[in-house]
Amino acid sequence: MTSADDSVKKVAPDIARQQEAAHSTGLAPDVRSGVVPPTTSERHGMFYARDSGDTSGYGGLVRPPHVPQASERPYGGYFDDVADALADAMAERQIPETAIEQITVAHGEMTVYVARAHLVELLQTLRDDAALRFELASSVSGVDYGEDVPRRLHVVYELLSMTYRRRVRLEVAVDAGDATVPSAVSVYPTADWHEREVWDMFGIAFAGHPGLTRILMPDDWVGHPQRKDYPLGGIPVEYKGHEIAPPDQRRAYT
Amino acid sequence: MSEMSEPGTREATGTSPAVPERQYVDLDLPEQGRMLTTVGGDFDDVLGETDFTDSEQLILNMGPQHPSTHGVLRLILEVEGETVIGARAVIGYLHTGIEKSCESRTWTQAVQFLTRADYLSPSFNEAAYCLAVEKLLGIEVPRRAQVMRVLLMEITRITSHLVAIATGGMETGALTGMTMGFRDREEGLHLMELITGLRMNQGFIRPGGVAQDMPDGWQDRLDYFCALMDKRLPEYDELLTGQPIWKARLKDVGVLPLQGCLQLGVTGPPLRSAGLAWDLRKTMPYSGYEEYDFDVPTTSGADSYDRYLLRVAEMHESLKIIRQCRQKLAEPGPVMVQDRKIGWPAQLSLGADGTGNSLAHIRHIMGESMESLIHHFKLVTEGFPVPAGQAYASVEGPRGELGAHVVSNGGTKPWRVHLRDPGFVNLQAISAMCEGGMVSDVVVAVASLDPVLGGVDR
Repeated sequence: MTSADDSVKKVAPDIARQQEAAHSTGLAPDVRSGVVPPTTSERHGMFYARDSGDTSGYGGLVRPPHVPQASERPYGGYFDDVADALADAMAERQIPETAIEQITVAHGEMTVYVARAHLVELLQTLRDDAALRFELASSVSGVDYGEDVPRRLHVVYELLSMTYRRRVRLEVAVDAGDATVPSAVSVYPTADWHEREVWDMFGIAFAGHPGLTRILMPDDWVGHPQRKDYPLGGIPVEYKGHEIAPPDQRRAYT
Repeated sequence: MSEMSEPGTREATGTSPAVPERQYVDLDLPEQGRMLTTVGGDFDDVLGETDFTDSEQLILNMGPQHPSTHGVLRLILEVEGETVIGARAVIGYLHTGIEKSCESRTWTQAVQFLTRADYLSPSFNEAAYCLAVEKLLGIEVPRRAQVMRVLLMEITRITSHLVAIATGGMETGALTGMTMGFRDREEGLHLMELITGLRMNQGFIRPGGVAQDMPDGWQDRLDYFCALMDKRLPEYDELLTGQPIWKARLKDVGVLPLQGCLQLGVTGPPLRSAGLAWDLRKTMPYSGYEEYDFDVPTTSGADSYDRYLLRVAEMHESLKIIRQCRQKLAEPGPVMVQDRKIGWPAQLSLGADGTGNSLAHIRHIMGESMESLIHHFKLVTEGFPVPAGQAYASVEGPRGELGAHVVSNGGTKPWRVHLRDPGFVNLQAISAMCEGGMVSDVVVAVASLDPVLGGVDR
């Protein structure tokens, strides 16, 4: 099922090549913009049992990839109000309708998938429009949906309206080879550290960020640990600027 | 194709797993300025013969190993004389990769990682994560489990606020506040140990409910705790609230008005000290908080002293909630969802040897039912699958909004867990709170935010 190349990639713990692979895959040319990509790849057999042959009898099981489905109106709860107010505000501010790729309502939460070109305008609208008033960006975090998925890197904005006591989630999906998202710091200054963390952990660059540096990992770290292709072992341990002294110069206790 | 052919394939394609050369920071920069390393002492001795009269400006590194920075927090201060003209917080010294570690454990096991993030508010970390997982599972937690969660969270809020006051007191020189705070926190931890078996990092709140029912004799111990806190909490007012030195150190220090709080995402006591009564327990209730009678205290000073006052007031409110939990817990009931595909197969019970499996359950799976044994084994080792999707749940932690963004790919392990730790977000405000003030006020401002670096760095 996997090509020889793929299996080499799996056993070779090479950070540089892992990163290179990360940048070369995911750039599926057939991705149409405006369609939310799947978040899992097609799976065969049972979970976590790929190495010992089909002993479970479930080897023929095929699970289709999970794709977040667009919801039908009415969404229920306050979600319709938010969607209406957002549509009105977008028309007023001349943001094209294509800025919103899809609206998904699931688990009592509303997710608005947006095109990254219009992200900052939409955030500004959500914050400032009198009928929306999402004053607080609770959280900005990244998700890597794995190497096999188109537009695998997602940035998730959890917005909170204290005025109306509502929450909404904005989501942007980008390719690993083009992992750049406009920064939200100009709209929500609190996004500063969140975006630094997403950069540090996922390698998603935020254009226009005032100082996009690593925040949790050491400043000279190679790689972005929360990427799914980041090696979790089998690589040499390194210490920053450390070397072992010759034995005759080591501290002795005799 | 096969596992055996891979080494040969690697040679054939000529790719060696070479690690790229690291780019180290060049420490021999020409315009570095004069650097002095000191671990304390008199500045006259430290400076010695060096002439610094040409410049008043000094970059001062405070931390990460400094007794007054509330943990392994590093502050880079640019000072002119005693005045801070620039302050930057550097974090990451306690980064342990908790979010990444969760991805290689089952949904239930992930609780044991997350409880260690903000180690002073373990119940809140667990609750936020479990609420998100339960959203994805689409399950309703039994009422008794909800009440127990509220009970645990409010005890934890008291112990966390006590540490905030204690360490804040220590950092500002009020050592009696420290000894009192840790003394009273110990009572809360004893109570937590009785209920959960562990003082900290309990991992007691699990997806679907809580691990155990209340132990025998919990009523008396809870009553003792409440009665003791009734007596002890007013002592903080007597020791600190009106004390001239405490007020002189805290008042009008670390001011962050409401606009600043909202822009910087600051929640919790700092936000309420600016006058906004935003408490998720009231504004967006979860776990049945709408049933409880309590107040959300606010002040308008937006300074460190007001945050101290709020923490004391919130402990009194927590005590009110704990008393209501005691009444609600009189009603028996299950503490874990009855779905056998999710709920743990057995409740542990204390055996004669002091540790405890449920003997009845062991007899059942070992002697009576092979299917039960298989089910137990599968659930405990493989775990339960959670439908693909994502959810965000948030609780009002002692430091503010503690949220968990959880993503599932349909498997038995979390695909991604992100904790929105209030300490992480609030710490961004340190520049705004410290610049223009004195170096000694930096310590007070940090203490008033009460960041816990385990949660900040995760």
